[in-house]
Amino acid sequence: MSAGAISSELAEPAAEHQLLEVSLGPQHPSTHGVFRMDVSLDGEVVVKLKPVFGYLHRNHEKIAEKCSYLGSIPYTDRLDYICSLTNNWAYAMTVEKLAGLVAPERAEYIRVMLSELTRLINHSALAGFLLQDMGALGTPLMYAFREREKILDLFESLTGARMMCNYMRFGGCRCDLPPGWIEQTRSLVANFPSFLDEFEALLTGNEILLARTEGVGVLSKELAVNAGVTGPMLRATGVNYDIRKVDAYGVYGRFSFRVPLGERGDVFDRYMIRILEMRESLKILEQALRDIPAGPIIDPKAKLRNLRPKPGEAYGRIEGPKGELGFYLISDGGPNPYRYRIRPPSLINLTILEDMCLGQTIADAVVILGSVDIVLGEVDR
Amino acid sequence: MNGLGIIKGMIETARNFAGSYHDPQRLTTVQYPEQKLPPVENARTIPFLVFDGDEAMAGLRCTACVICEKECPPQCIYIVKDQVKKPDYVGKMQMQPKVFDIDISVCMSCGICVEVCPFDAIKMDQVFELSTGDRFGKLLLDKHQLAKPNDYFVKIHKTEAGEIDVRREEDKLKAEAAAAAKAAAPKPPATPGAAK
Repeated sequence: MSAGAISSELAEPAAEHQLLEVSLGPQHPSTHGVFRMDVSLDGEVVVKLKPVFGYLHRNHEKIAEKCSYLGSIPYTDRLDYICSLTNNWAYAMTVEKLAGLVAPERAEYIRVMLSELTRLINHSALAGFLLQDMGALGTPLMYAFREREKILDLFESLTGARMMCNYMRFGGCRCDLPPGWIEQTRSLVANFPSFLDEFEALLTGNEILLARTEGVGVLSKELAVNAGVTGPMLRATGVNYDIRKVDAYGVYGRFSFRVPLGERGDVFDRYMIRILEMRESLKILEQALRDIPAGPIIDPKAKLRNLRPKPGEAYGRIEGPKGELGFYLISDGGPNPYRYRIRPPSLINLTILEDMCLGQTIADAVVILGSVDIVLGEVDR
Repeated sequence: MNGLGIIKGMIETARNFAGSYHDPQRLTTVQYPEQKLPPVENARTIPFLVFDGDEAMAGLRCTACVICEKECPPQCIYIVKDQVKKPDYVGKMQMQPKVFDIDISVCMSCGICVEVCPFDAIKMDQVFELSTGDRFGKLLLDKHQLAKPNDYFVKIHKTEAGEIDVRREEDKLKAEAAAAAKAAAPKPPATPGAAK
């Protein structure tokens, strides 16, 4: 090409309405895994955003249809790998509904405690990552992960693994609490509020954080409800919907706790909701640690191997840290489910990403994605 | 005032920095390769096969029932039954594995094999630092590489191994008592009245 052609291209009038297409991801630190956003930019402003996912597709549902009912529990750990225990619980609960098993009371208390600890892990990690997306590199994430490690130590001493816990079984739990576990958890719960205070002193009043989050990525109540958004994302818009209250599954009906609600549905509300939820989780943990009864931890009727539930279907759902996590199982009487389907909160919360990002700058799109709280293991399955 | 929040945050960071010199709550880093944390009793990494006594292949608890092979979610266990039987700990003749391979590069450390094993033959190890360049030599383990003595099992999972040992001891005593009763039982009909 001649030099003249290039200079004539350069000489064209400034393209006011020419859009710049940017492919953000899949290997980008701010996309929280292998996730890609095809963004069309007008200057710095997002005018079109297309989420592209599937890079982490592992065929989980089909594998689970070929596995025994027991065999897919370790695979559920790998859905949302930050909160393996809540995934275990949702699956175990669905199989219990399908096979007519009832978990003993002690097992239900253990489940509540573990899932609240998981919520602490998830929310503190999310707060750390969100701040990292905003440019607070390292420090908040390091503080959050320091607390997370302490909870992971508890998980390891109970379940044998830090992240892939594989602990809950249909009809109860795999093993009883080791000696001293309750005391360790109690001291962790007693020390956690000081971490939260510290974290809030570090960040909540910070002017940069307020400037980056207030009024950014506003999600309206109507859109959130219509799109099926659940979890902290939905509550940040002001809709009072928490499955722990609505269904009162397990023994949640026995604990007194409040459901924090946002007002504007912007990124700041979504951040704040998580901090407040952690405080409520601590209240539930205190009550559960006080009231946990002695007794068996698994239903004696529960048969781990060769479980063949009667033909039928069941849908079990729990309030996972990210939203409504549901499992839908159809049994045809065989040793493996005929159909196995997951309702992943991350994926459904991600569907409104474009609506939140339109008209925002590209830097804010990253923050908005961070506030949605996705884990690609669950989005792609 | 603008900037007050940032100053407050900075004070918090400074407190953390100063605290990291004296407060163990704030200094949690372990200098890994030089310094290692003590293993947790329940921790699990990859499976191994338990054997009793000194002779690994003679004392192997595994009876090649292939339950673990069937239940293993990622299908990393491969078993071939041997035609020759061997006596187990209570003296009953049992099958034994001719081939027992675990591909630990496929194993996902879930521990389901341990849970379903009715003979307490397969247990979870706590070894780590398994990375190697030799895919088939070091990661596809056969029964000789997998076999570890019961003493090792007792060392790593004290509580669980203790319970199993007590149960097996009871079984052994019961079996011995039954064998003694059986040895004594056929005699009375042969010589009635001799028992008196």
